[in-house]
Amino acid sequence: MRIGKDLVAASATPLVLGILADGESYGYAILQRIGELSGGQLDFSDGMLYPLLHRLERLGQIEASWSQSPTGRPRKVYRLTADGESAMAEQRRQWSVVSDALRTVWHSGPSLAVGTA
Amino acid sequence: MAADVEARIDEWRGYLSRRAVLRPDDVQELEDHLRDQIEGLEAKGLSDDESFLIAVSRVGKIDELSREYAREHSDRLWKQLIGPDEQAATAHRRERRGFVLALVMAVGAGLAVKLPWLLGIWGHDSGEFILRNAPALVLVFLAGYLLLRRRASVRTCVAVAVPFAVAFAVMNVFPFALNGTTLLLAAIHVVVGLWLATGVAYVNGAWRSHTARMDFLRFTGEWFVYLALIALGGGLLAGLTLGVFSAVGTSVDVFVSEWMIPCGAAGAVVIAAWLVEIKQSVIENIAPVLTRVFTPLFTALLLALIVAAAIHGSFIEEGRELLIIFDVVLLVVAALLLYSISARDPQQRVTWFDRLQLVMILAALVVDVLVLVAIAGRIGEYGASANRLATLGVNLVLLANLAGAGWWHLRFITGRATFAVVERWQTAYLPVYAVWAAVVVLVIPPVFGFV
Repeated sequence: MRIGKDLVAASATPLVLGILADGESYGYAILQRIGELSGGQLDFSDGMLYPLLHRLERLGQIEASWSQSPTGRPRKVYRLTADGESAMAEQRRQWSVVSDALRTVWHSGPSLAVGTA
Repeated sequence: MAADVEARIDEWRGYLSRRAVLRPDDVQELEDHLRDQIEGLEAKGLSDDESFLIAVSRVGKIDELSREYAREHSDRLWKQLIGPDEQAATAHRRERRGFVLALVMAVGAGLAVKLPWLLGIWGHDSGEFILRNAPALVLVFLAGYLLLRRRASVRTCVAVAVPFAVAFAVMNVFPFALNGTTLLLAAIHVVVGLWLATGVAYVNGAWRSHTARMDFLRFTGEWFVYLALIALGGGLLAGLTLGVFSAVGTSVDVFVSEWMIPCGAAGAVVIAAWLVEIKQSVIENIAPVLTRVFTPLFTALLLALIVAAAIHGSFIEEGRELLIIFDVVLLVVAALLLYSISARDPQQRVTWFDRLQLVMILAALVVDVLVLVAIAGRIGEYGASANRLATLGVNLVLLANLAGAGWWHLRFITGRATFAVVERWQTAYLPVYAVWAAVVVLVIPPVFGFV
């Protein structure tokens, strides 16, 4: 199963903020983590992640600094700011409303929904 | 990693670097990503070649990648014009049409300043005609060029035309006294007001957008640099023309001083804008260098002024020339600050330069307060005049701007605000300049009897 493009795009920000809430990280590792978390089903294009990181940085939700990889390569590392934490809390509230709503509607059964429509 | 994979990574980095929307930092970050990806794939048992191919394809087509970057970094968006070949070809055609348009408008501006001569009213009052009308006559061609180039809507054209019409009407209907201060003050402030109206044309009517306003500020700085370069070349050309013709025994003084210099200067206003439009990336490399050279120097000048004032006591007694020169210094500093802000990459971390800028702002604030005290003293002593009120107003406008700039800069340096907030203060402040310019043009002259 592949997750649709719009859903991938919508979930990108909360996922990135959530992953950075566990501690600082960098682009490649964030993508690996998204892969692990979704069992490889969230196909997040590599090149799209960085513009997103830069946007969150501009909004002040994350901040970046240059450090070194174990092999000595320069590496840009991102971490969550206080603004980012509150943005994440807000995202979390919104997403749980959405997922609760979906769960309820699906648990009430498709036949019933069709019948009343 | 094998040598041929290294070579291919180099090549790939070369392709990325050629995309203007990708800064060196971005390329570095993407390269680190590519190498991680290759290492990860190799660890799973893939060969060098396979790993490289898969890693590159995962990063995606460079075109799509740069589009994504451009969407986030809209300040770099125009660079997409320097994209793939087919885009370059259409851009080339568009550029040629753009040049013809710029040339026509430049010639128009050049002839406009000779309007009294063309109409046959060249006489003793032509100087006054120029003072009343030249700013509007030249800038209307620049605004027209921008509106045509952007294929602006009727609504935008009207929004730009109204301030120009008001300026033309007021400057010609008001019974200004010959050689009066109100005429000079009004002429200077018409330039400021109409420049901002030209800004509405530049941003194609999107004057509410702060990003568009920032683009206009960037345009202003770059336009000024181009104009200065053209002025240098033009000055050399005028000097050589005079020299060559006097060597062969023909005097061309009148041609140079009455045609070449005024028409050339008016035309240069449009040509400089055209150059900014097509060659933006050239200046973008110069702007940060210029600000880095002149910010320390002007900071030193301001600090020296403060020390001199402290030793001297005060400079109220020194008269108006000194106050005028101080105001010029403050205006240059405010312009330098705006220019630095517009040239700065908003995502860069805080550096020594930002701290130095804060010092410059604070020093300018102190000088501004000293000047304000001096003007208030002069108004108390000699009464209010058009000149003193205009100076007082400019200093108050600058004081508020510098105070806000200093506050947000401090918050930015201490990590409590992003640079976007610093930019926003300046872009939000632009209407204040327009309002003050309108007051000096429309209100001060009648109040002081047009003298």
